[in-house]
Amino acid sequence: MANLAQTNTSDMGGKRGQGIDYSAIARSEKFKKLMQAKKRFIVPMCIFFMVFYYTLPIMTSYSKVLNTPAIGSITWAWIYAFGQFIMTWALCMIYTRKANSFDSIANEIIEEQQKGGRN
Amino acid sequence: MAFTFFLLIVAATLIITYYASKKTNTTSEFYTAGGGLTGWQNGLAIAGDYMSAASFLGIAGSIALTGFDGFFFSIGYLVAYLVVLYVVAEPLRNLGKYTMADMIAARFDNAKVRGVAALSTITISTFYMIAQLVGAGALIKLLLGLDYTTSVLIVGVLMTVYVIFGGMTATSWVQIVKAVLLMFGTFLISVMVFAKFNFSFIEMFEHMKTATPLGEKYLNPGAKSANGLDNISLNIALVLGTAGLPHILIRFFTVKDAQTARKSVVYATWLIGLFYIMTIFLGFGAAAFVGNDAIVQANKAGNMAAPLLAKALGGDLLMAFVAAVAFATILAVVAGLVLAAASAFAHDFYSHIIRKGKATEKEQMLAARYASIGVAVISVTLALFAQKMNVAFLVSLAFCVAASSNLPVIIYTIFWRRFNTAGAVTGMLVGLFTALVMVAVSPNVFDPTPGKAILTGTPLVSLTNPALVSVPVGFLSAYLGAIFFGRPESDAKFDEVIVKANTGIRESA
Repeated sequence: MANLAQTNTSDMGGKRGQGIDYSAIARSEKFKKLMQAKKRFIVPMCIFFMVFYYTLPIMTSYSKVLNTPAIGSITWAWIYAFGQFIMTWALCMIYTRKANSFDSIANEIIEEQQKGGRN
Repeated sequence: MAFTFFLLIVAATLIITYYASKKTNTTSEFYTAGGGLTGWQNGLAIAGDYMSAASFLGIAGSIALTGFDGFFFSIGYLVAYLVVLYVVAEPLRNLGKYTMADMIAARFDNAKVRGVAALSTITISTFYMIAQLVGAGALIKLLLGLDYTTSVLIVGVLMTVYVIFGGMTATSWVQIVKAVLLMFGTFLISVMVFAKFNFSFIEMFEHMKTATPLGEKYLNPGAKSANGLDNISLNIALVLGTAGLPHILIRFFTVKDAQTARKSVVYATWLIGLFYIMTIFLGFGAAAFVGNDAIVQANKAGNMAAPLLAKALGGDLLMAFVAAVAFATILAVVAGLVLAAASAFAHDFYSHIIRKGKATEKEQMLAARYASIGVAVISVTLALFAQKMNVAFLVSLAFCVAASSNLPVIIYTIFWRRFNTAGAVTGMLVGLFTALVMVAVSPNVFDPTPGKAILTGTPLVSLTNPALVSVPVGFLSAYLGAIFFGRPESDAKFDEVIVKANTGIRESA
């Protein structure tokens, strides 16, 4: 069924793709596995960084706990603020590593499609 | 001296534009630089697009004057990139072509959805641009002594030239050059400041406790005494808005695939994070070595803190360099905004809605160029009228509209099977208008004291930034619109969208 002779480069938002049976891919075990894995990773991480981030404005707006010094004259508010930078960079690295494993599943799906078969 | 550096920047960017113009013959080249940027190049360009003069001069100035509170918002600007990376960048690259509307139209291909998405893009980019241009006029006046109108016109002409001749290629390279200059300049000054404190954070913070009129309060949150809810509301706009800013989103179409888009976000996040960390040195340095009085005397908002610090540390030469960097910063940001707004006019409105996809390549190119000129003329005119107004809030309004109007619909489009045309249209319109109306009746526009805001009167809403209300309204209205007004749409279309978004598979592969 799949044919790759299709070289329709028109607007991706435009015509329905004729060459690929997207619903078949969407129903395939491998794709479901990919979506599951992505959801299991992305949703908890997003909740984590949102909570971690908003804790700072909420704490600085409604309490003074972070105003106590941590190291020398550097208060906990600054330490938390720097922590946000570290958190952001760390989550970038974690995402990159994890995304590589998503890529390899996605590539398998594309390859199977190109071989012209559904499994 | 400053003048020479300014001319050098102008010359360099015009040379870039000249070479870029040779590679700008098709619409794909015009809108996306042919999709040929590497991860590093696009990462630098994203950083260059994002770090506005407001971040460079504004944040350095607010840290100098208010300490922790000045630094506080840069965290929001940075963490926002996690939303871009985790949720938006890759699906956007896989689904879109030239504009944000393309991505939503990949699922709901109809004129209404595209039109509303384009409207939202134009609104956001115009607000952002007016704020940038008004700021640019005031800055160039401070730095070079040119009058406001001349300054705005110079910036307006340059940005138009970059875009109409060099399209995305010129815009990207202007942003890359600016990002490199900005990082280099900030790094140099940071090292000089840090050296004065013997490279010790503890010594630096100890010194800052007594260096400003605020005393110990300088290092604590709340010196500027923002209202708690206002503070949180603005943070919502910053963190969620970046992932809906059209001029940032279109940058992802300049790379070849989702993997490169991902890499470019990661590079951009490193650069932007390092930059914001360095603004602490700029702000502290200015407070310590220029002094509160001198900073306020030069400009009440503190915008001259960084250039004055440069002068204190390295004399006129360094100050001229920093002023030139600020100028390059303005140019890079406004060029990106012109391109974002023009692509919504030319690609979405003209090519897709008016010509229904039947315009020839030549007609589309012409439309793109006319649209760029139109966008530039309109925003320069508005900026000239807005000279006396305090329009700094327009930047946070742009983030707020992006978070309330674009982000909910982007998220539902790529994750929710039952989402539909009605939901997308309702979500974007309600999100957009809620944000606009709430700002129109907010303290930014109304103030009981004559002259403090645009109009005199009592504000109906106390929030200066409406995101706390308008973002949930945006999500909810898109949801309710889909449930109540929409008809179920093709499952096959959603299958196509999730498969494309998550694998990057293409018809021509």
